[in-house]
Amino acid sequence: MNFDLRRLSVVGVMVLLLCPALVMAQTPDSQLPIDSGATAWMLTSTALVLLMVPGLAMFYGGLVRTKNVLGTMMHSFASMAIMGVIWVSVGYSLSFGPDILGGFCGWNPQMLFLHQDHSAIAINNATSSIPELVFAMFQGKFAIIAPALIAGAFAERVRFRGYCIFIALWGLVVYCPLAHWVWSGTGFLLTMGAQDYAGGTVVHISAGVSALVCAIYLGARKGYPQTAMRPNNLVMTLIGAGLLWVGWFGFNAGSSLSSNFDTVRALTVTQAAAATGALTWVIIEAIHHRKATSLGLCSGILAGLVAITPAAGVVNVAGAMILSVLASLVCYVAVLIKIRLGYDDSLDVFGIHGVAGIFGAMGLSVLLRPQSAAELTLRFGPDWSITHQLLVQGSAVGIAIIYAAVVSLILVLLVEKTVGFRLDITRETAGLDHALHGEHGYGLLNLQ
Amino acid sequence: MKLITAIIQPDKLDAVRETLIKAEITRITVTRCTGHGRHQQADQGADLYRGQSVVPNLLPKIRLDIACNDEFVEIAISAILQSARHESGRIGDGKIFLTEMQECIRIGTGERGREAI
Repeated sequence: MNFDLRRLSVVGVMVLLLCPALVMAQTPDSQLPIDSGATAWMLTSTALVLLMVPGLAMFYGGLVRTKNVLGTMMHSFASMAIMGVIWVSVGYSLSFGPDILGGFCGWNPQMLFLHQDHSAIAINNATSSIPELVFAMFQGKFAIIAPALIAGAFAERVRFRGYCIFIALWGLVVYCPLAHWVWSGTGFLLTMGAQDYAGGTVVHISAGVSALVCAIYLGARKGYPQTAMRPNNLVMTLIGAGLLWVGWFGFNAGSSLSSNFDTVRALTVTQAAAATGALTWVIIEAIHHRKATSLGLCSGILAGLVAITPAAGVVNVAGAMILSVLASLVCYVAVLIKIRLGYDDSLDVFGIHGVAGIFGAMGLSVLLRPQSAAELTLRFGPDWSITHQLLVQGSAVGIAIIYAAVVSLILVLLVEKTVGFRLDITRETAGLDHALHGEHGYGLLNLQ
Repeated sequence: MKLITAIIQPDKLDAVRETLIKAEITRITVTRCTGHGRHQQADQGADLYRGQSVVPNLLPKIRLDIACNDEFVEIAISAILQSARHESGRIGDGKIFLTEMQECIRIGTGERGREAI
């Protein structure tokens, strides 16, 4: 044992001597003590957020028709593979490197391939730190789930190749710059005072808006809306929604980058929002249709969770409950309006993520808990008011919407005109599983 | 009255359904099933493998049952023929069986014969 350790440390020193980059990565930050509690929670959160991706695969997979179940689940899993590679190679540097191009995105060659394994980042007002890699990995899971969310808008009708290229480009030119603006220390949306605790703007608004653009550009599924397109397996959808709820604790409470009162408060408001959102949706349905559906309950969970995402750090439990009651109501109406307007956002990515994301980001301004309001007053002076915060939130949301919409439109055009995005009608009718993957999702229960 | 039983490839189900609906044949029963026919032999070359006879694998298929009055029989058959084929016809595209049907009774009303279909 001792011998092994000694040998390892000798190898370690040799590696350090051979790689100047590694030595340089030992920034002064590492002099701060590592907060082991926070590190442990960040590691847990990283795993929890990754759990949301198979959760999303199940959620979406259950909602499509049998012939597309694998193709749809592949969209989420492909994001784990594609964004997983992009993030560790260039994504982290693009998002969290020092400003380049006037702050449009970050860049630091030292951050490529995440070799800063001895560097730490300061937390808790620079009294302690966590290893930079756990932060990089935690953020990487957000970069995986954001593009995977979009896939629900064009479910059942896109080519796999086109999809892969689209999300890779989207991750690089939409997600990374937005993450830089909102979360890197020098991002202009952050310095403007925009509150986005866990990625309402970066993940949900950007994915929701891009989804809407893609759904409209790529057109409706064959037969929509005359043909009934019923979910093939709501059991799977329910389990998926449950996994999303569990994973969301990592998403929101992990975004505190600590393990203290802030963390627990974020977790508490997340729980309150999810439950309230679910309950609200079910009650609305019970009044409107005289039946409470399982899909309705799942939609309410998501509406509540998405709405609380930007607000998890700045509202109290009552605020979270008000926010998610209203978010469920607004999303319910948004989904109804979609059916009237006739565009085919198949799994309501915009209707839930886009709308609840925008609603949560705006609504938090009026529901700020007293302490957060006091902190903002301290930061922006006595001129600060709720109206001021509403304007800041509104401009951050507006910038995110316009940027995501314009760039997504360019990307979807580019992919459609080069490798092809929309699937041809024969293969769409045959189903993604058979036509694109040569597999089928379910065996026959009694044979084979 | 005839009973049409068609065994088709699963990926052609929606195409066949749509063509049938266009031909105003909307009352059908669909079942998942498995089986083997010439398809298996074409894929594997033969049922003999190194001198041993091999039991062919069961392949997934879709079975359509359509009960119809005589004047609709040819309409239904030609609808299936034009929509269930891969390109100009491939081994494994399936079969259509046509059988005489003695009686048809609608459970809800007790109607019998032509009217019940």
